[in-house]
Amino acid sequence: MAKKLIDLVGITKSYGDRVIIDDMNLFMNENRFLTLLGPSGCGKTTTLRIIGGFESPDKGKVIFDGKDITDTAPNERPLNTVFQKYALFTHMNIEENIAFGLKIKKKSKSYISDKVKYALKLVNLSGYEKRMPDSLSGGQQQRIAIARAIVNEPKVLLLDEPLGALDLKLRQDMQYELIRLKNELGITFIYVTHDQEEALTMSDTIVVMNKGYIQQIGTPEDIYNEPQNAFVADFIGESNIIGATMVEDRLVEILGTRFKCVDEGFGNNKPVDVVVRPEDIVLTEPDYGIIKGRVMSAIFKGVHYEMEVLANGFEWLVHSTVLKEPGTEVGIFVDPFNIQIMNKPESEDEEVLVEE
Amino acid sequence: MKKIGSKILTGPYIIWMIIFTVIPLGLIVYYAFTNSGGAFTLDNVVSIADTVNAKPLWLSFKMSFEITVICFLLSFPLAIILSKYSKNKNSIIVMAFILPMWMNFMLRTLAWRLILLNNGFLNRAFEIFGLNSVYLMNTKAAVILGTAYDYFPFMLLPIYNAVAKIDEDVISAARDLGASGVVVIRRIIFPLAMPGIISGITMVFVPSMSEFVIADMLGGGKVYMIGNAIEQAFNSGYADIHLGSGLSLSLMGLIVISMLIYKFFDKGEEGHGIW
Amino acid sequence: MVKKFTEKFYLVFMFVLLYMPIAVLIMSSFNASEKNKAVWGGFTLSAYKALIKDEIIMSALYTTFLLAGGAALIATVLGTLLCIGMMNMGKLFKSTMIGIAQIPLLNSDIVTGISLMLLFTRFTDLSFGTMLVAHVTYIIPYVVLSVYPKIMQLNVSIYEAALDLGASPLFAMRKVIIPDIMPGILTGFMLAFTMSLDDFSVTYFTKAPGINTMSTMINAEYRKGIQTEIYALSTIIFIVVLIVLFIINRRSEKAFRIENERV
Repeated sequence: MAKKLIDLVGITKSYGDRVIIDDMNLFMNENRFLTLLGPSGCGKTTTLRIIGGFESPDKGKVIFDGKDITDTAPNERPLNTVFQKYALFTHMNIEENIAFGLKIKKKSKSYISDKVKYALKLVNLSGYEKRMPDSLSGGQQQRIAIARAIVNEPKVLLLDEPLGALDLKLRQDMQYELIRLKNELGITFIYVTHDQEEALTMSDTIVVMNKGYIQQIGTPEDIYNEPQNAFVADFIGESNIIGATMVEDRLVEILGTRFKCVDEGFGNNKPVDVVVRPEDIVLTEPDYGIIKGRVMSAIFKGVHYEMEVLANGFEWLVHSTVLKEPGTEVGIFVDPFNIQIMNKPESEDEEVLVEE
Repeated sequence: MKKIGSKILTGPYIIWMIIFTVIPLGLIVYYAFTNSGGAFTLDNVVSIADTVNAKPLWLSFKMSFEITVICFLLSFPLAIILSKYSKNKNSIIVMAFILPMWMNFMLRTLAWRLILLNNGFLNRAFEIFGLNSVYLMNTKAAVILGTAYDYFPFMLLPIYNAVAKIDEDVISAARDLGASGVVVIRRIIFPLAMPGIISGITMVFVPSMSEFVIADMLGGGKVYMIGNAIEQAFNSGYADIHLGSGLSLSLMGLIVISMLIYKFFDKGEEGHGIW
Repeated sequence: MVKKFTEKFYLVFMFVLLYMPIAVLIMSSFNASEKNKAVWGGFTLSAYKALIKDEIIMSALYTTFLLAGGAALIATVLGTLLCIGMMNMGKLFKSTMIGIAQIPLLNSDIVTGISLMLLFTRFTDLSFGTMLVAHVTYIIPYVVLSVYPKIMQLNVSIYEAALDLGASPLFAMRKVIIPDIMPGILTGFMLAFTMSLDDFSVTYFTKAPGINTMSTMINAEYRKGIQTEIYALSTIIFIVVLIVLFIINRRSEKAFRIENERV
């Protein structure tokens, strides 16, 4: 069992009468890449800022390595932050930027210069010591911001949408770079993003948040394949979410047709939500599927075709490498294993409690 | 491609500035270097070195320096505090601190007369608290106080604008890297607010240098600054526009030189390490 | 906690310091005591009644606003025309123009006033006209320095788009360019107006005998011993300023909120 490093206990935070985070409990283990994922306004950045010490919670505690640091100032916390828009000190050169934290800790000159060199090498920017931040590209500035943080050897690195301002190609490169860095440094990364693809690519653990509540915690595979509720299913990847009735264990009635599935324990004749990923739908000849439908539209997306199939009064989103022309009669087949059953949420804000 | 506007539009301004800025400055130079007979002379310009004029010049310089320092010391912390409040968009607070600027400058000076007069508000207040009276009226201190008060918004506003522009994340980042509040102010806010500080200092120092009416109202003729000397040269019974022009030119020269020196030192500081 | 308190304390301290003189003026205006305003002699409104009838003050007030309004208007037109005309000029021309615009800023007011006085007295008589010219010259830089940044930020394509859609250059200028730089023009006008209202030195050297602005009037009056009317006047000015700023603030706050809601 990995060691608990950060423990958030009953964190509540509101601005005026807007509740940002409501009674949140979350722990983070050592040496993990943990991502807080959710749409804007879900409380993920506030959570990060509370951990960093830039906001203080109205209620609750932040425990770091067994110590309560709720009231500790940010400059006294053993963790460092990489900000969304880099937040480099524009009046200092790269070397001075990176050395900032070390100088405050009164490290020796030779130690600092070694460390700066090492950090620059780590982010592949050796030789940039004397440049000014303004003369660097966005990607380079972000690397400097990372170097400036990790040079202080924090136990935890907090990253607040660090790749948000970069273009797509650069963002993908930086994702690999971050994974490499994390493995080389062997520290915990807490990463905030609204980009589900980024989260799935990099994380060991993903915490999906919405409206101040944790919706689901799990590995990328868990989150993608077994979303716990409609919000998670909808937010992570594209999906068909359909109201249905669980007839009995392993049998669900979707839009009037019974489908075999693998889920148990929901009870008999219980209303549920069903998620079927578009790539899990197989289009067959009309008579070979479970239900019949007609292709309404088809768009070429590069890797696959995206088709909409009208069947049982529902427009199914289907991804397939095989094109069926619009107007074609088709059958829809879904492997029982690919039908994900979810409890209907009692309210939109409902919290799903699942331990890591 | 059609161009926006045309050069003709700049015409009125250029003509205006030539007639009413360039030529008048030329006139000052002309009068400064001639005597009443129209012959060339250096006397008027050199007369700045005479004790009669050198003394008020030095006094103006010293007082302007003190006024500038006072304004800076008072407004820098205020700008930082105000910038925190305006982050929550409490711009009414910022407004409140700029508002006195819109009161007529003579009225503001007049108010200080009421306060500082020997039997004025200050001494009345002192009396109530059982303190001894202070006689500030017609002293250097009164002029410094009044001038600093009048020009304070011109220091506050540019510094506030510069401080408010600093990205909050940059300050958070410095805190995050271990900087205490004092270090953040010295190493981050101060250098980043430099452009605002420079224009604030310029906007207080330059007008203070040539001030004469505040010295008149609060100094009561006992505080004789270079502005008063120039004014006397033009407006008194024995007016001498040649001498006045010469003194004005010298004053301009001195201001330009002090600004150059100041810019030079300022650059020098930027050059080497901030530690 | 301690820090928060220190900050609050400093704010209050500075606030009191800045408003104390204004409070003193207002208190004096209601003080019936004639000889020493620092001694309370009972409440009176007589100063306000006298103010309305005081021709010296009223004519100074009239001159001040006429001068500030007229000068700010002329300066705004000249400055804005310059900025629009500069758009397609070379770098050297632009920096020369901006350099010239800054002369009256760096020149102290006293030198601006004296140099204009030398010009006027050499070629003509001092009059309201010369005062107006002097004020325009003195405040033009504030217009240029407010409008110029807006012109630089201007997106040239919108002008081209207007032409593309069939607008004549003049129409495009009126309907597209001017509205776009309007905030800069308004700021420039307000700044110019304020500087003119507040000016003493330039007016002092260029004013015609018998014509006074508020500043020069006060300068002349205090020597004779100040009349309470002037304190009454400052109270009224303060209230007007307060109301104007409050309205501006409300409007900008509303604009801010609308922008925020869009995000």
